[in-house]
Amino acid sequence: MPEPLLRLEGVHTHIGQYHILQGVDLDVPAGGLTMLLGRNGAGKTTTLRSIMGLWNPSQGRVVFDGTEIGGMGTADIARLGLAYVPENMGLFGNLTVQENMVLAARKGPMDNARLDWIFELFPALKKFWRLPAGNLSGGQKQMLAIARAISEPRRLLLIDEPTKGLAPSIVEALIEAFLDLKRSETTILLVEQNFRMACAVGDSVAVMDDGQIVHTGAMSELAENEALQQRLLGLSLDTHQ
Amino acid sequence: MTDQTASQTETAAPRAPLSERFGKWVPYLLVPVFLILGYLLIGSGPTWATLTLAGLAMGMMIFVMASGLTLVFGLMDILNFGHGAFISIGAFVGATVLLSAGGWTGADSVLLNLGAVLPAMLAAMMVAGGLGYVFERVIVRPVYGAHLKQILVTMGGLIVAEELIRLIWGPDAIPLPRPEAFTGAWIFGMVAIEKYRVYSVILGLIIFLALLWVLGRTRTGLLIRAGVENGEMVEALGYRIRLIFILVFVAGSALAGLGGVMWGLYEQIITAQMGLDVLVLVFIVVIIGGLGSVHGCFIGALLVGLLANYTGYLMPKLALGSNILLMVAVLMWRPQGLLPINKQ
Repeated sequence: MPEPLLRLEGVHTHIGQYHILQGVDLDVPAGGLTMLLGRNGAGKTTTLRSIMGLWNPSQGRVVFDGTEIGGMGTADIARLGLAYVPENMGLFGNLTVQENMVLAARKGPMDNARLDWIFELFPALKKFWRLPAGNLSGGQKQMLAIARAISEPRRLLLIDEPTKGLAPSIVEALIEAFLDLKRSETTILLVEQNFRMACAVGDSVAVMDDGQIVHTGAMSELAENEALQQRLLGLSLDTHQ
Repeated sequence: MTDQTASQTETAAPRAPLSERFGKWVPYLLVPVFLILGYLLIGSGPTWATLTLAGLAMGMMIFVMASGLTLVFGLMDILNFGHGAFISIGAFVGATVLLSAGGWTGADSVLLNLGAVLPAMLAAMMVAGGLGYVFERVIVRPVYGAHLKQILVTMGGLIVAEELIRLIWGPDAIPLPRPEAFTGAWIFGMVAIEKYRVYSVILGLIIFLALLWVLGRTRTGLLIRAGVENGEMVEALGYRIRLIFILVFVAGSALAGLGGVMWGLYEQIITAQMGLDVLVLVFIVVIIGGLGSVHGCFIGALLVGLLANYTGYLMPKLALGSNILLMVAVLMWRPQGLLPINKQ
């Protein structure tokens, strides 16, 4: 079995007095889209932030492509080819769409072919290129946040609840975009509450509860097994379609 | 993306409400409103012109001193009361250079005068910037994220700096005469335009435009603006925000040093505690403008300068408190300042 691109081994993270991650073991295979599901407060966001070094794990190992990144600075982790889209999108609202993209392309001017590909994925960004990002609608902001993450070829995208609060039509657009990203063989770890989206785009899945991974497997397997959904997530697919 | 969904996302016009779009420009109108109100209340054109120029010059000098502090506030969330030390030290270093070039400052030649003033300003900026670097590493860095400690430690740093100035330059105030080309006034009818004030306004404008250019047109400027909004995300994009912090701190300290020389030449006397004296005005400007906002800082500085001069003429007893009243009024209207930065 090939080594995963990202591996978490027994990761514990404390935030103040709270013990959030309590021994997370997670493998993210290269080239696929891994869903990270779980109830509110299960520790999904903390897992992503711990991987990015925004909160340092107090115990355990985070290994990216053979390199131990636990305890490294966030900028150094990002320079290894990881990109992070936080739940609040982390856009610079006073900067234009263009300026947000320029900053994200750290290695220099953006490649035109890549920019064209991004505009194909998210046409709204081209239209509002010179507008402050803070003026965009919720869906457009989310698209910009993802576009910023893919402004350069990345080895791993960490994306936290991109569909939160978005209209169904925008969710559809994002699903299309994720399917396109998958075709480009970008590895993605996606935190999501929208089960229908998870089923549409996910290859593999990890389910969290109380700061631990309680289930891993193929996404299709979880999508077809309502009893498992009920047990792990407390939902049935029917109610979320 | 499907055509349908693409068009849906494209047609959603991202326009802010009218009140929000108009409200954004209101602070920019305050300076002209102040000018008109000042003219109406003062009544005499020549007096108004003299006071206005004095107010603008004072505002520009405060802006030069405050612009670095507002970026330090916005980017690093640091309450740096030690900023006053860089103002004092800049003034003393500049004065040392100017006084040692006595023949040039007294000469009746603009070139020789500039030959003394420009090196004095450069020396002040370099020493203040260098000390800013040491100050950030030794005093500020250990107290990131702890506001109470920041106040105590940076205030302590200011006191130590003042005592060091007294140790090096002596306890007495030092007179700082302006170079020949900077003294006197141009007379236009009944209006006397003091030369030094005009030069101060020009230099302040140049620094304001240069800051706007750096912040708006360079990658470093983009990073600073982004860092003021969301430093964590800048880091997540692969930039080492600590280096940007240091750069801004050093640049802010250097500008404070330059402001110190300008203020010293304005007052024509320098003291070890001059930085602390001006610091109150500097903080008012930073708060009025909105933490981290260079535009807001510029407008706030002009308002403070104009108000101090107008009230000093119209109601001298109110002059001292007028800027505090201005700050209270602005914060009641806009609690985040005139042009706040939306931080995440």
